[in-house]
Amino acid sequence: MEPSPTLAPVRAPFRAVVETVVPRAAAFDGAAWVRAEALVEGALAERTPSERRQLRVFLRLLDLLPFLRYGVRFPRLAPPRRLRVLRRLERAPLLRLRRGVWGVRTLALLAVYGQEAERARVGYRADPRGWEAAR
Amino acid sequence: MTGAPREERCDVLVVGSGAGGGAVARRLAPLARAGRRVLVLEQGPRLTPRDFTGSEVEMPRTLYQDGAGFLTADGAMTLAFGRCYGGSTVVYTGTSLPPPRRVVERWGVPGLEHDDLLLRTEVFARENGVHLLPPEAINRNNHLFVEGCRALGYAAEQFPVNLRGCRGSSLCNLGCPNGAKQGTHEVQLPAAEAAGVEVVTRAAVRRVVPAPGGGVAHVTVSPRPAQGPGTDPEWAPGEYRVHAAHIVSCGGSVGSAALLLRSGLGRSLPRLGERFTCHPAFILVGEHAHPITNDVGHPKSFYLDRGEAEGWVLETCMYFPFVTAKNLTGLGADTVDFVEAFPRLQMILVLACDAAVAGNRVAVNRAGAPVVHYRFTPRVRERLAAATRAAARIFFAAGARRVHAPLADPPTLLPGERDVLERRIDARHFLPGRTSVSAAHLMGGCGMGRGAADSVTDAWGRVHGVPWLRVADISLFPDALEINPYLTVMALADRVAEKLVEALQ
Repeated sequence: MEPSPTLAPVRAPFRAVVETVVPRAAAFDGAAWVRAEALVEGALAERTPSERRQLRVFLRLLDLLPFLRYGVRFPRLAPPRRLRVLRRLERAPLLRLRRGVWGVRTLALLAVYGQEAERARVGYRADPRGWEAAR
Repeated sequence: MTGAPREERCDVLVVGSGAGGGAVARRLAPLARAGRRVLVLEQGPRLTPRDFTGSEVEMPRTLYQDGAGFLTADGAMTLAFGRCYGGSTVVYTGTSLPPPRRVVERWGVPGLEHDDLLLRTEVFARENGVHLLPPEAINRNNHLFVEGCRALGYAAEQFPVNLRGCRGSSLCNLGCPNGAKQGTHEVQLPAAEAAGVEVVTRAAVRRVVPAPGGGVAHVTVSPRPAQGPGTDPEWAPGEYRVHAAHIVSCGGSVGSAALLLRSGLGRSLPRLGERFTCHPAFILVGEHAHPITNDVGHPKSFYLDRGEAEGWVLETCMYFPFVTAKNLTGLGADTVDFVEAFPRLQMILVLACDAAVAGNRVAVNRAGAPVVHYRFTPRVRERLAAATRAAARIFFAAGARRVHAPLADPPTLLPGERDVLERRIDARHFLPGRTSVSAAHLMGGCGMGRGAADSVTDAWGRVHGVPWLRVADISLFPDALEINPYLTVMALADRVAEKLVEALQ
């Protein structure tokens, strides 16, 4: 497997975010995670190095922040507690923090619903043949 | 890409190939046929039919600036605009409305008459096959909107659309895979090319500067990425200096304003980049008890125009699973449960009519890249809230069993809350950076007006004090149009080109 240039150093908090934003991702197998991270890396490849760096910084911050209160890092928190942390941050007075949550949330959603298998699973069936394919 | 730039010469250089560039190319086609050299430079790629895959992941990267993820400077809003042969006319839903008289009159641009614009929009409407879809082509998602509106006494109207041979793929925003949408990539540009207009794709214009007899554009032509979609550029990759007697900027609100700013025109045109508006929008979803047709059929067939009375517009819509999920507000199972119910989702797009205000503008950073500054005014927040309440009522009137409303907190509404929507949906829940907002009607930046003190161009797109430079696109709008803009853009561009033809003769 190719190394993930952006996510590799922050893989644990990123996967924890994905599982928090889309709980069913907790059941992803290795192949589903490879697909998920490839989608995110593909999107990040079109972003500037500065934006990729900001993402890593935010994920590192998110990783460590719970340690101050709970004594463990983000991925080790129970899912409801992770959700509480993210919900608190997405309402933070600082726009930068809210943006950070919005950004990782967007990537988490891409990681899941960007997968063809997931789109099919939720019943999305758009087809270039339109009505003809639906009949 | 080393060495001296190659030199090219032409009579007219058009920058951009969307609604504005396409309309200008069409109007200049007879000149090309008569032997004048007319060039259209497009930053994005030229695609072949097989490139339109309908993939939610691939197509945004191919067709949109920044993969449809261009953010405002504060990161609180996503701006969607096309970057390909045909520009944004490739990626919109084909909705084709004339400009409202009240708006054009309010603009108060000397020399710009609503009746003139109307006549021109009618020509383009005919040329682009604009019509109302027959009842059998309307899907359930759209019918539910009409039923909900009717139950509440709202007058939903059907969108005229520019389609020929629509198969109902519902993939309009990812580029029609069947070539049914009659954007400039299907109509005006091929006709202009047949007449001798040259279109060069993957050609980014970095700046334009004065030169004897006109202007010079500094252009970079990029190669097609390895394994990338589309065709190779028509010119060899590298740097070019294109000398033109006349240059017409048609790069859209962001592109044209940024080009002129990069070219140093901000010093003599203090209003350059200002008066940016965009109809900020978000989507609401309502879940029904049973599956409805939402991802088959044209997605945007009806609208409710409350622009004049209340400052908002509702439109039917259908977005793809990732985009839908991204547009919901909140975190965790409560939110994604809506996505998991995709076949049962009815969707409504809420748009606020914003107004040009100080500070909302297009700028460029040190590298010359566009930066859009946008602040949500209290009025825009109130309008989004009012529109959200109306949309929630429509969902429930249509039978939805729950609704996701971004300006409710928590965002899930149940039918029993119908009587408390005024309280549940409130502008105070609008939190930039948390509430997902996007915009696709990017307007202004090179607004028309009287002189350099209040505008960038006159009513015919002539840039004040720069005789060789014109603007012919949506950046000309001095304020928001309050309805879908593409026909108005074409009409304005046609005016600009008409005056240019007169000047050339």
